[in-house]
Amino acid sequence: MALLDVKDLDVRFAVRGGDLQALRKISFSLDKGERLGLVGESGAGKSVAAFSILNLIAKPGYIAGGQILFEGQDLAAMSDKQLRKIRGNRIAMIFQDPMMTLNPVLTIGTQMVEALKAHRRISTRDARAIALKKLQMVQIPSPDKRLDQYPHELSGGMRQRVIIAIALLLDPEIIIADEPTTALDVTIQAEIMALLLELCEQENVALMLITHDLGVVSQVTQRMLVMYSGRIIEQGPTREIINDPQHPYTQGLINALPQMGEPGARLYQIPGSMPSLSRVPSGCPFNPRCPFATDQCRTSMPNYVHSGNVDVACYEVAKLIEQEQSLQEEDR
Amino acid sequence: MSAVTASRWERFRDSYLWYSFRRDKVAIVSLVVFVAMVAAAFLAPVLAPTDPYDLAQIDIMNSELPPAGLAGSDPAFPLGTDAQGRDLMSTILYGTRVSLLIGFGAVVLQSLLGILFGLLAGYLGGRVDAILMRIADVQLSFSTLMVAIIVGAIFKASFGNLMFGEIAIYLLILIIGIAEWPQIARTVRASVLAEKKKEYVDAAKVMGFGTPRIMFRHILPNTLSPIFVIATVQIANAIISEAALSFLGLGMPETQPSLGSLIKSGFDYIQSGSWWITLIPGLVLVVLVLVINLLGDWLRDVLNPRLYKG
Amino acid sequence: MLAFLVQRISQAILVMFVISVISFTIQDGLGDPLQELVGMSVSDEERDALREEMGLNDPMVTQYLRFAGNALQGDLGVSYFYGEPTMDVILRHLPATLELVIAASLMIIFLSVPIGVYAAIRPKAWLSKFFMGVSTVGISIPVFLTAIVLIQLFSIGVQVTVFPADTGWGQWLNEFFSTDGGMPSYGRGDDLAHLFGTWESNFFSQTGWAHILLPAVSLASIMLPLFIRLIRAEMMEVLQSDYIRFAQAKGIAPARINFLHALKNTMLPVITVGGVQIGIMVAYTILTETVFQWPGVGLMFLEAITRSDIPLIVAYLMVVGLIFVITNTLVDLIYGLVNPTVKLTGKKA
Repeated sequence: MALLDVKDLDVRFAVRGGDLQALRKISFSLDKGERLGLVGESGAGKSVAAFSILNLIAKPGYIAGGQILFEGQDLAAMSDKQLRKIRGNRIAMIFQDPMMTLNPVLTIGTQMVEALKAHRRISTRDARAIALKKLQMVQIPSPDKRLDQYPHELSGGMRQRVIIAIALLLDPEIIIADEPTTALDVTIQAEIMALLLELCEQENVALMLITHDLGVVSQVTQRMLVMYSGRIIEQGPTREIINDPQHPYTQGLINALPQMGEPGARLYQIPGSMPSLSRVPSGCPFNPRCPFATDQCRTSMPNYVHSGNVDVACYEVAKLIEQEQSLQEEDR
Repeated sequence: MSAVTASRWERFRDSYLWYSFRRDKVAIVSLVVFVAMVAAAFLAPVLAPTDPYDLAQIDIMNSELPPAGLAGSDPAFPLGTDAQGRDLMSTILYGTRVSLLIGFGAVVLQSLLGILFGLLAGYLGGRVDAILMRIADVQLSFSTLMVAIIVGAIFKASFGNLMFGEIAIYLLILIIGIAEWPQIARTVRASVLAEKKKEYVDAAKVMGFGTPRIMFRHILPNTLSPIFVIATVQIANAIISEAALSFLGLGMPETQPSLGSLIKSGFDYIQSGSWWITLIPGLVLVVLVLVINLLGDWLRDVLNPRLYKG
Repeated sequence: MLAFLVQRISQAILVMFVISVISFTIQDGLGDPLQELVGMSVSDEERDALREEMGLNDPMVTQYLRFAGNALQGDLGVSYFYGEPTMDVILRHLPATLELVIAASLMIIFLSVPIGVYAAIRPKAWLSKFFMGVSTVGISIPVFLTAIVLIQLFSIGVQVTVFPADTGWGQWLNEFFSTDGGMPSYGRGDDLAHLFGTWESNFFSQTGWAHILLPAVSLASIMLPLFIRLIRAEMMEVLQSDYIRFAQAKGIAPARINFLHALKNTMLPVITVGGVQIGIMVAYTILTETVFQWPGVGLMFLEAITRSDIPLIVAYLMVVGLIFVITNTLVDLIYGLVNPTVKLTGKKA
């Protein structure tokens, strides 16, 4: 059994004149100690997926259906009180912008100690000792001084280290990191990412990494999901997807990477842009931008087909697989 | 000509403003009540049973009659009479007209001042900005009411009671306009500062347009929606300010009463049991101010401009 | 710390300078210091001699400097009406006004914070909607009208007879909507405690409390809706922020998130706006004191206007201006002390 098993998760936003579907029946799983990448353009539903796991979607969003099984228990069906025992304790989160994530009027120490005290019967002195240990783990210079400092006294990179330390405070099984380096200076992005990976490996924590950076995903994750308009359109082992992307959208994404093109040539660009939630086309949401779109693509959403270890939702890929299979049968 | 108006009407009919208005019961009721009150006030000479300015129509024998439905009331005076025997309904209709005139006039004046100073401060920046905003800060920290009282007191002392009473409407517009311009100026300045950073202003500069043209033709139209919201609320504030000044005896004289001076003159008789002389004009004032405030709230929700906080 | 203090205090001095220039202009334009000295019965030659002697023919700047110098020593002239130094008159009336403002401020603080926070946490509860509705109506009622209604309800009393008295429910409704009245609506009462020798206080006797209650409630009524709306709006904005979501992601209990994480951030802007508003309440005392004949500086000021007591008007402006400037500066300092992102103490930097 996987550590985390998300099944047919539906998330909607209640707005004037009906609901908008932010996530449509997404399913994926995460094993103990595994590193899973979640990629897609902004607005594809990556962050919504990340936040819905702990049921922290901002209003007016809500979980409309599906299951989020964590060690067999359904988080989507839990009361807020039960969920609170999981949040921060078994599943921790790292947010995008370290400048906005820490409360500006509370000291680092307060914000770390309260997390420990929320989940363990522990004295403030012991909690501070643990906090200090975790700050040392994230390699912050002079960690003992930091506990009594306010967030604004720290740089962005240091704050993200503090946030990683907070995520690790209670030795969780899973860390969900929502674009943990995008808001940082380019020079320290790699440093923070390396630190996060090293600590996850060292502590055997499963990592769900949300990013739009395919390069990072290809380097650090074992499996990946590609999202488009609230759907997972392709998922499987990272290496297979990067080396041989199946879905036309994933192909476009990978061809758009600078390292994929000839030096000096124009970069590939997927024509058009992702539709907003309120005007998702019928059928496959990618069909208006897809070079292979057929009438079938415009009317119904394709089911997943297996191509090696990869699941793809695309009629064109399904057709190709069928042809291949019939060719193989003919060969026999 | 008719084609143009038709398309304008269609555009309005399809607009978000009209859409959200139709869906908002509070806004609809507020607008209906407001329009009814404005119409009744400006038709006062037609609607009012008597002319409260005409001494010949007043009989002191009718003084302090209660409104219809209470013991001792006279059907000729549905809302009762005041201490001088004037029909309360007539004085209220005329009083609402005076209050509305001053409210609208003061907002027109403060909008002119506020837009001009706000544009200058926001667009020119530097010393002009520092001086204008410092004046605005001082005025606001004194509160608009206090500034209005002080300016009112100065005017009263310089013009003398009689002269002040004769031109009171104009003086009150001036007083309230002077006291309340900082609100609009700060709002305009804030949106000018935001607009100034946008590309179209750079484009206009590159094209060689002069400063006044850029300020009034390019930036001003883009700051109109916050001005519109603030100005609506300011009408309510101006009406309250006028009522407060009149209540303190620094506003409209009793010979040409506004709602505030009606409340003031009625207050002297509240201890003798004639509550209606002060409370009915008071109720009219509250309803008037409330519907304007509700319309302002609705506009703010719909237009959702960046308003200056505080 | 020092830089912050110097900046705020120099700002305060600048504002006081502007106020003193305005006051001097009023004094110079409207006041006639000769009248209070000699009245009408003096020949023009003698007047001119006196003018010269009093320095009224000096250049404006000299006259202003003399005015400002005297003001700094607490000398703001002599009241025409009272015939004594204006500062003495003001100091005698000031305690009544300050007590009114203090009582109203306490009411505002202890009501607006819980109501505003509740309305922000549960925006859809009917009680929140009720409070927001009442405060929208409250903003639209001028303070003097609130005062009059309070007098009618609790001082004079209301006898409702519109429901049929021969039925049980009619009588019950009549009684339900009727009030007894009896609360004092005039002045401060005669049972005042004396503090520090001269400060007369309403806070130490039952009649004192009874007299201050209605004026304080009506003064509070003007600011209370503003504070509730402000606290609610700020709190709702804070509740949307990332650090609140992060606290939730840590598994912190909602009570701690609302009352520590969110409230502390909400109160920062509320302190700045709120502090200034409490200063502004001094202006509204003019209206409340007029209705309740409360013998404070507001009523004194209005009487000075009707009596054209120019020195007293000018002195009031200077004193009230000083109160505004002091409250604003104090608010800034408190804000700096409470908000860790303002480097003020220098202790931890």
